[in-house]
Order: sequence, then structure tokens, then C-alpha cells
Amino acid sequence: MAKADILGDSLWDAYSDKVTTLMNNPQHQGELFQGEVEKRGNKLIVADFGAESCGDAVRLYWEIDPATDTIVNSKFKSFGCGTAIASSDVMTELCIGKTVQEAVKITNIDVELALRDTPDVPAVPPQKMHCSVMAYDVIKKAAGLYMGVDAESFEEEIIVCECARVSLNTLKEVIKLNDLHTIEEITDYTKAGGFCKSCIKPGGHEAREWYLVDILADTRKEMDEEKMKAAADAQAAGGGNFEEMTLVQQIKAVDAIIDENVRQFLIMDGGDMEIIDIKKNDGYIDIYIRYLGACNGCASSATGTLYAIESTLKEKLSSNIRVLPI
Amino acid sequence: MQVYLDNNATTMCDPQVVEAMQPFFSELYGNPNSLHKFGTASHPALSKAIDQAYTALNAADADDIVFTSCATESNNWVLQSVFTDHIVNGDKNHIVTTEVEHPSVLSTCKFLEEQGVKVTYLPVNDQGVVEPHTVKSFITEKTALVSIMWASNETGMINPIDEIGIICKEKGVLFHSDAVQAVGKIPVDLQATHVDFVSFSAHKFHGPKGIGGLYIKDSQDLSPLLHGGEHMGGRRSGTLNVPYIVGMGLAMELATKNIQATMSSIRAKRDRLEDALLELSDTFTVGDRANRTPNTILISIKGVEGEGMLWDLNNGQIGASTGSACASEDLEANTVMLAIGADNELAHTGIRLSLSRFTTDAEIDYTIAHFKDAVARLRNISSSFAKQQPTKGGEAQACEMH
Repeated sequence: MAKADILGDSLWDAYSDKVTTLMNNPQHQGELFQGEVEKRGNKLIVADFGAESCGDAVRLYWEIDPATDTIVNSKFKSFGCGTAIASSDVMTELCIGKTVQEAVKITNIDVELALRDTPDVPAVPPQKMHCSVMAYDVIKKAAGLYMGVDAESFEEEIIVCECARVSLNTLKEVIKLNDLHTIEEITDYTKAGGFCKSCIKPGGHEAREWYLVDILADTRKEMDEEKMKAAADAQAAGGGNFEEMTLVQQIKAVDAIIDENVRQFLIMDGGDMEIIDIKKNDGYIDIYIRYLGACNGCASSATGTLYAIESTLKEKLSSNIRVLPI
Repeated sequence: MQVYLDNNATTMCDPQVVEAMQPFFSELYGNPNSLHKFGTASHPALSKAIDQAYTALNAADADDIVFTSCATESNNWVLQSVFTDHIVNGDKNHIVTTEVEHPSVLSTCKFLEEQGVKVTYLPVNDQGVVEPHTVKSFITEKTALVSIMWASNETGMINPIDEIGIICKEKGVLFHSDAVQAVGKIPVDLQATHVDFVSFSAHKFHGPKGIGGLYIKDSQDLSPLLHGGEHMGGRRSGTLNVPYIVGMGLAMELATKNIQATMSSIRAKRDRLEDALLELSDTFTVGDRANRTPNTILISIKGVEGEGMLWDLNNGQIGASTGSACASEDLEANTVMLAIGADNELAHTGIRLSLSRFTTDAEIDYTIAHFKDAVARLRNISSSFAKQQPTKGGEAQACEMH
């Protein structure tokens, strides 16, 4: 906890204006009826997901032009809190004009993004993220009904949390997108692990193939590897932020600069140098070096040569570098 | 108009109480433990507040009423000190409580479980009430304490504290009751009812926040929770919060004198509101009115999710409360509601309205109108009231709460 957390957030104040507006006045709330849709030569699909006893229920209506498979109109009915109503509304909006095949690609994350006022500020606080979780399921169900296939057949994904129907890919994506570190955060964002808790770790009342603890650990590892790879790639490409590199990468980068710009001159004078260590120190990056051969004890090693090494590294890598001979 | 119907959460501080507190901030500010006249100047007011508290609870002179910072402190004090006195330094290892206690009891019990204490969480019946024979059957020779709330904050249902008190006395087990929702709402007579420890809090009966108390029968032993100076006979250290004690004393007096008349006035308004809301189809309220605090309604409205309802009421300037899981950070359905045994639906559609002696008839009329409008709007959006049936195969699977 810190100063900003002492009072805690006011849940409703954290909603985006879009959520508030749509809760107060949903645009696509309502029903489509069989008779009317048929009169227009279109096909009506109505799918339910969730139930009142679960706390969230949504009914999605699609009027589909059978010639093009396009969803020409869509409505919803929802039992749920403000966030559930607003996200159902946006989901419906996202469906209109798409073909059924395109609509199946709409994810819960798309719905949440569409509810944001500004692209980088979440539409709802983390503990309400789960309210948009049903969009994907109800769309798949509607698509399955239209195409005469089982909704499960769209499920190329592995479902980790059966209660909240959260897939492995969604989990990985949410962990990466929001830089999540704990199971509690995952539950806040996705609802996964919020119900029977079997999917959190082994030992719950139901054995699972995938557990959140493992997915979190693996994804964090992947993220670290990606980060390192990105840094290494950047370095290989001659760029990258020196300060964000790992220690090994920094040593390699410094060595490469020394090789290219400095070492030949030292060797010409019968000397050389090696890097001993690199440490972050109060905003500076201190590079400890040791002179070898003739450089060791040379008067210039503490003045001109040192200045040349330091200014080269500063120019090529980071202005915060200090070179310290030991 | 704005209407506050969340008086089980907290109440408006009575302006008379605020006025009574006023002199003790900048005029009579001495430390009552000091010897000089600045210190002793507040003694008459403190004595009066003590009298008011003893009268309000009909406590005997041999009993202690110790002022604390809140009922959470009082509840923690009883549980943690009974643990120290009778479990760590005694031969007991068991506490009996209920599934529906306030978090300050439940969380403390969970904490004590981590220290090795066995805790039994008793269920409530479909009225939301603990049955005395259930309490009796779970008391063992190892039981150190029974802790059961006097009345429920969520349902207003009143537990049979008299009968449980008799059982505990017979069995020789200490009995604590969190009476936060009882004191000032219904008569609490601690000479008629046998309870060893009773917690209460001023802000629930039109006193200020940040002051509460613990009643200790016969001044019996209970190790202090807060160690320090020898305030209140060494029972609870910390400089006496003079203005707040004075305020709580008066608030207790105002809330308990003529309590029968106040209760019937609040009950009449509550019943009128409840009857009007029950005119809506597919609604029900929890618990027999006769055994409920006279200010409380917990109503379930089919097809209307609790937080959504609160939202609309708030737009209509009405403050209420919901036990809906959706409105809390915990995704699990509300335990109190589930414990009542109603299906999960109630846990998601419950709205609590709690009145006070300041609630007016005009406010009730206003609330009835806005409440009905909100239900109409939300049911119009609700899937529960949709007419077009799903495409064959598009029906929802029943919700499986694992």
C-alpha cells in the first residue's frame, strides 16, 4: 500500500465515461423477433449465455442476411451490473456489419478496449474486468447456431478456467498486456480462478490439465526471454537502450565499442584493458576497468586515455556512463 | 430530494450530538488523566457519558463498559484476548461463531485458526437466524468462547441472544455478541440477558465515527488489546477521546430513551416501504418482519442485478446497499445470502434498504416512486424478462457454481 491506496478507489468513479453513458442509455438494448426478421428475408439467431444465478446473463440477437452471412442488425438483453450492460452494448455494436465468420474473432479484450475513453486507460477497474468476459462465449454460441456447428468447434483454444471460460491464450495475452505478477491480478482481470479455484494450483477439488500458477510462471519466463531477446536484437542491430540491457549484454556492448574504437590504440602502445564489472549507481552506470601491460601505470591512463574511453562509451551507449579504473 | 437509506452502514451524526461534543475540542481540552483543573474539567461530562452508556444498555454497576475506537477493535479485543487468556494460557482450543458474522469477527477467527485454534462456523436457518440447539450441540469442553452477532447488518434478523446466553451460562462458556446492529435499534438489556462481552459502535446510532465500546460483564478478566498508560483502569490504553465519548453517551441516550416509540415510528415507515415494493411482481423480502430490526429491508428483485439497481437508485439520489457479489471485490456470491439458503439468485439481486429515525414519510414516497422506475428500466433491459426465446440449442446451460 502507499498514499494513493490508503482510501482505495471508488469503484464507479473508475469507470470510463463510455461505460457510464452506455449503462444509463444502452444503444442496442432490445429484442429482434422471428416474424419481423423473416419478413425481411433474413435469419434470426438468439443465443443465451450465463444465468441469473451466476450473477451475469446475456441474450444476443443477430439478424443475418443469409446471402452474405452478414449481421445486419443485433440487439441484446442483459442481467448484470452496469459494466455487464455496457459491455453487452459494445459487443452488439461490434457485431453489426460483420460477417458471422468475422464476428467470431471478437474477443473479450476487444470489447474492453472499445469501452475505453482513451486507448491506454482501462475502461473499468481490474476487479470489474470480468464483466466483459461473456461476449466471446455468447458470440461463439450464436455463430455455432447459425453455421450449424457446435460452438466448441470455434474453440481452437484450451480452456483453463471452466467456470469463467477463460482460455490459455486469453490468459497469456492478459498477463503480457497488463504486466500481471500475481494470481489475484489474473482473477481481477479475467475472472479465472474466481469461482471453484480448481484451476489456480494442483490440489483443488478437481484436477486440471493447466494451472494458473504454472501459466503465470511460464508466461513471466517468456516475457523475460522476450525482453532479453528484444534487447539482444536491438544490440545486434546496433541500437537498443543500454540501460535496460542485462549485465551480460552490457558487458558485450561495452567490449564491442572498446574493440572497435579504443583497443587498437592501446595495443599499439603495448597495453590493453579489460572490463571488471558494471554497476548501476545513483543514476550513473559505473564501468570498472583494469589496464593491462604498458597502460598499467601510464600517466595518460588516468587522464587523456581515460577521458577518451569514457567519452566514446558515453557517445555510443549512454550519457550516464562513468569509467572507473581500478 | 436525496434519500439516505444505508443506515446499517453508518448514520448521520445527530446535530444535538455534534453540539454536545463541541466544547471538548478547543475549550475543555485537558487530558482527563491530568491532575490540574484543565484535566478535571471534562470529568463531569465523562461521568455523564458513562451514566448514559450504562443506562442505555441497562448494565449493572459491577459491569464494565470500556470505550474503544470502534466495534472492530472491540471484536478483535474479545477474540484475541480470549485466545491469549484461555487458549494460549489455558486448556481450551475452540471457538464457536457463525458463518454470517461481520468481517471483524470472521477475519479474526481465520487469523486465530492459523494460530491453531479450532473454529466452528455455525449455519443460519432460512430466516437468517442461528438456532439455539445448534449452538448447544457444538459447544464442547474445549470451547473457550461463543461469538454470535445480536442482529445481522445484512438482513436485520435478530438472533435468540437470550436463549444462547442461557446455554452458554449453563455450559460455563464465555459468550460474546457483536451488537453493532442492535444497540439503538432494539432494546438491549444486559441485566435481563446473559452476555459476557458486548461490542457496539456509536456511528450506527447517530453518534460520531471512531468511537465504540465493549461491555464486560462483572468486570471479569480480559487481557488488554492495547497496552500503555493506565487509562480506563488499565483495560484499554490511549488518552480518552473526550469529545467522542461525550458524543457517544448522548447518542446512546437519544437512541434508547423512548425506544419503543421510535421503533414503532421507524417500523411503520419501513413496513409501508416494504409493502409498496412487494407490490412489484417477482420480488420477495428476507426474514419475518417481527424478528427483524425495525429499520431493515433486504429485498430480492427478479431480473435486476444488485449493483445495477444501486446504480439507478444512486442516479435518483437514493443511497442503498447490495450484497451482490458483483459489487464487491470478492467474486463469490454473498455468504450471508447463501447461508440463508435461498438460491444463488438472491445473492445477486438483493438490495438492502435501512432507515433511521430521521427518515421521513416524504422520503419513503420518493423512494417508492424511484425504486419502481429503476426496476422498470432494468427489467426492460434484463434478459430474464425477454420475450423472444432463444434459437433451438441456444439456451443457456444452468449455472454450475462449482
